[in-house]
Amino acid sequence: MIMINSILAVSLNLVTGYTGQLSLGHATFMGIGAYAATLLTLQLGFPFLASIILGAIVAAIFGFVIGVPTLRLKGDYLAIATLGFGEITKNILLNLEITGGPMGLRGIPKVTNIYIATTALILVIFSLNRIMNSRVGKSFIAIREDELAAEAMGINTAKFKILAFTIGAFYAGIAGGLYAFLFRYINPKDFNFMNSIEILCMVVLGGMGNTYGAILGAFIITVLPELLRVVSPVIAQYRMVLYGLLLVIMMIVKPQGIISGSSLSNKLKPKLSEKGGQ
Amino acid sequence: MFFEQLLNGLTLGSTYSLIALGYTMVYGILELINFAHSEIYMIGAFLGLVMVTVYKLPFALALLISMAGSCLIGITIEKAAYKPLRKSTRIAPLISAIGVSIFLQNAVLMLAGPQARPFKTGLNVSSLRIGSLRISSLQLLILLVSVVLMIGLHFLIQKTKLGQAMRATAQDKEAAQLMGIKIDQVISFTFAIGSALGGAAGVLVGVYFDSVDPMMGFFPGLKGFVAAVLGGIGSIPGAMLGGLLLGLAEMLGAVYMSRYKDAIAFAVLIFILLLKPTGLLGRKMQEKV
Repeated sequence: MIMINSILAVSLNLVTGYTGQLSLGHATFMGIGAYAATLLTLQLGFPFLASIILGAIVAAIFGFVIGVPTLRLKGDYLAIATLGFGEITKNILLNLEITGGPMGLRGIPKVTNIYIATTALILVIFSLNRIMNSRVGKSFIAIREDELAAEAMGINTAKFKILAFTIGAFYAGIAGGLYAFLFRYINPKDFNFMNSIEILCMVVLGGMGNTYGAILGAFIITVLPELLRVVSPVIAQYRMVLYGLLLVIMMIVKPQGIISGSSLSNKLKPKLSEKGGQ
Repeated sequence: MFFEQLLNGLTLGSTYSLIALGYTMVYGILELINFAHSEIYMIGAFLGLVMVTVYKLPFALALLISMAGSCLIGITIEKAAYKPLRKSTRIAPLISAIGVSIFLQNAVLMLAGPQARPFKTGLNVSSLRIGSLRISSLQLLILLVSVVLMIGLHFLIQKTKLGQAMRATAQDKEAAQLMGIKIDQVISFTFAIGSALGGAAGVLVGVYFDSVDPMMGFFPGLKGFVAAVLGGIGSIPGAMLGGLLLGLAEMLGAVYMSRYKDAIAFAVLIFILLLKPTGLLGRKMQEKV
């Protein structure tokens, strides 16, 4: 589970941490990947690997469709659009017959184990590093630092934002597929808004714009509820209150997270403030 | 039947307008989507409920107290969670806002429990008949309160010194500051007014549907935002118009596809963003460097 959560955190980190776009529906894309992969296996008899990859592609397509109208504009709209999209998707999953409605889907073969999940995480990190060290990755960071300046440098900001979001959705789809084949049972509640917030907490806590920070965050947020349950079941039950506080406090006290990513604006800030710029 | 749906739409739409005003005013000044707004709406409803059921206050007084309480909460949120972040990256206040929203929602969930509570006001609910059209007094009340609040807001924004300061701050924060406007006060005040309207909407909807619960803010909050975008975010008349149109679209749409009623607002949002991102009454905003 830590591995799967790490994939989720790392992929949201690409969207939020590196490219600076707030997505509140990451669990939705995970859910789409999980449902697509499961249905491909259960209904059409696809093998495990093909289901996972096709599931991720379906998630990426949805990411693209949501990204195109919202990301051409200022990123704020993405937050609200992903929020709404998540609820609509949940509604549809609850009402469709093929997805089993509120009962979810059962009888998924258990394929995912720690080795497969770890391999997947390593592949995701590897490919992500390749992307981030390329021109494309540099463009993502440029957009986060200053969208206007990036545009002036000739970067097609809309295109790259959509690209980052689509890749993020693809990885989330992989995580969803792995999740389905690990727990053998999925239902719409597994992929709701609160799960998206949990993933966001992982990224914010660990460090926005740092892959290893995101993994550390995923580790903490996955293990923490279990620890809390030992200490006090009441706190564990209401851990969302803590998550809310955590987001606010992290933003105010240490917005760069536990392991901070290298950010150009962090280095430049002292100089700029001397000049009295904002 | 058609007219009845029309009236239902207007009633619902006027509450969306009230919520949308809070979003649009804050966005106009801070360029921040105040995610916590939907929770202020929910808390407003709870405050009203407590006033009416526990303290047995008359409805009008309960509404006012709940608006005042929402005001305070709005200002507190601004001071605690947004003000320290005013000079940071764009995404930081957005994450902080979502954090506040999650925190408030779950704090109320913890205190009040997840069950929905009925909201009995002790008001006499009667219904008027005009031909075949039935109008309940509740609907009239909601429309009346919304219209009064909106006229009051319009007066405040257009005719008073404070309104002038708010408009100036929305146009250009630095220039407003140079003109001697205390922008911190103006921002606090904007939150206060927006929150009061949101709280009022919460009470009205709570009474209308006779139900209050900690999760009630989610969809109305989302729809209030869509209404603000539809009317043109940052534009106050736009938010009023957007709310009414969205309410109508939803009620008329519900006749044909009731299962996906909540999806209509979302479809509206996507279409608006694709076709006219500045909204119906929005100005084209030049991005400032």
